[in-house]
Amino acid sequence: MSILKISHPAGRRTRVVILTILIALLLITIYAMGIFIPDEAAAGSFLEAGQPPSWKHPFGTDMLGRDLLARTLKGMAVSMTIGIAASAVSAVIAVITGIAAAAGSRYLDASIGWLIDLVMSIPHTILVILISFAMGRGLKGLLIGIAATHWCSLARLIRGEVLQLRSRQYVAVSRRLGRSGGWILIHHLLPHLLPQLLTGLILMFPHAILHEASVSFLGFGLPPEQPAIGIILSESMRYLSTGMWWSAVLPGLVLVLIVLLIDRLGEQLRLILDPGSAQE
Amino acid sequence: MKGIPGRLVRIFFSYSIKMISLLLAVSAISFVLVTASPIDPIQQYLLGLGTAVSPQQRAEIEDYWGVNEPPAKRYLDWLSELLHGNLGESALYRRPVGEIISERFQSSLALMLCAWLLSGMIGFILGCIMGMYQNRLPDRIIKKICYILSSVPTFWLGLVFLLVFSVWLKWFPIGFSGPVGIPESQVTLRQRLYHLILPAVTLSFMSFANIALHTRQKLAEVLGSEYVLFARARGEGDLTILLRHGLRNILIPGLTLQFASFAELFGGSVMAENVFSYPGLGSAASAAGLSGDVPLLLGITLFSALFVCTGNLIANLLYGIIDPQIKEAAP
Repeated sequence: MSILKISHPAGRRTRVVILTILIALLLITIYAMGIFIPDEAAAGSFLEAGQPPSWKHPFGTDMLGRDLLARTLKGMAVSMTIGIAASAVSAVIAVITGIAAAAGSRYLDASIGWLIDLVMSIPHTILVILISFAMGRGLKGLLIGIAATHWCSLARLIRGEVLQLRSRQYVAVSRRLGRSGGWILIHHLLPHLLPQLLTGLILMFPHAILHEASVSFLGFGLPPEQPAIGIILSESMRYLSTGMWWSAVLPGLVLVLIVLLIDRLGEQLRLILDPGSAQE
Repeated sequence: MKGIPGRLVRIFFSYSIKMISLLLAVSAISFVLVTASPIDPIQQYLLGLGTAVSPQQRAEIEDYWGVNEPPAKRYLDWLSELLHGNLGESALYRRPVGEIISERFQSSLALMLCAWLLSGMIGFILGCIMGMYQNRLPDRIIKKICYILSSVPTFWLGLVFLLVFSVWLKWFPIGFSGPVGIPESQVTLRQRLYHLILPAVTLSFMSFANIALHTRQKLAEVLGSEYVLFARARGEGDLTILLRHGLRNILIPGLTLQFASFAELFGGSVMAENVFSYPGLGSAASAAGLSGDVPLLLGITLFSALFVCTGNLIANLLYGIIDPQIKEAAP
């Protein structure tokens, strides 16, 4: 690290920013491709069923002759949409519970701690299955299930952060000057929490996508005609013994790649936003 | 009471009280969730019967199941039956839920135990290697692998393993806990283990990254300490330092983390069992959810919460052993 700093005296931060923008652009491109690919591209015909990867179909085709690349991209877009929505809801829950636990009475703090323990005491897959069942399966249950299970660690993080901030001198001074709790919250706490929240949100996002894929794979959540990544993989399982490797390997690889990219994006953003490393 | 035994007893009782409150809440929440479901359990039960049912018979079944009672009364009835050890009858398997859970849990336990031991050992050894070679090539390579693995979904890893080792290399069978066509009682232990290897490896791959990264950090802390510096000055080699000073400081924290990860283990086993069609609790859970088998789904949810809480209790007790300064949680 020190060698890097010497050889690029002013370039390190710039490089981090450029890398972040590149990753973000790549993700947006993939997302846009998934959205704008026409349905016909993924429709396919039985004449082309079960073909291995070729120039015409880079990912091959499935048993119904549908182009797997188009289906994977469309599936990724669906998964990413669900991931974004669920993480956003989860982050809002985390902020409210985290701040309430840190700023409220001891009784409230203990209750929120207990609530977090409660959510953590049921394996997430089981809880998502249960919630999906309660909502009669489908998209809504999936969204609520994922949103309800992912807020815990971020809520704990925010609670710790608020507790730490509250003991700072400038907050004490502000209070002595007669500022209300709400004013302090908006002017002193939120600016510090925002970077934490943003990175927490982005790092939660890949988890949400993985969970969505897992639960769709099990058959809960999205209907089977929807090209979600979990559904593509669960279909591929049926033809695994016939040697159709491409339908299982390639869509999964795309999923892993996207998750890794988002993870990387979160790490880079943390580097940029975290005051400890922002000056490097 | 003083000393470690006294502290452990206190931790045991305070956590047990919390555990009871958590389990009660889990039972209430899961009951509310299945009650709110638009999926009609009676309809699912009748579908499972496979015969036509007259409206009158249906009404009798509804009476027998008590679906027309107010939810609060139904919950209390269910809870009191639960405390007497009666979990109801599964609509899917037509057998008492308690029986299914205990039978399936045995297969799941074998799977989870293997995966748990395997991931613990792999993770710990890799963590030690990373800690010893900190910031050098082996450390960086293993760290990269750990980060990548934590982004790989369990079920996809299972699919790839199935494809490579079962379909292409034909080293392992495609699935199930024993050979197809042989009665349960005649399956030998060797056959069982043979069918267990691939799911267990898949499941352990999901969780060793966590323990490896944790061990790495703990070992790095130990190696940066002054007593290790002194040991080095005395002429102790790397391996001696690891054995004498490292292991005893990092073993129990690692073990604690491993016990605290029962929730991920159980969740992962749901995925692994479905990919490998392994007849354990996890595959029963998803089957119950898909077929609307309410008693079984409730039973498994409650059981999984009990399983996770037990792991957390052991982790808390271990934590009480490691750190004498740990503040006791207010009850």
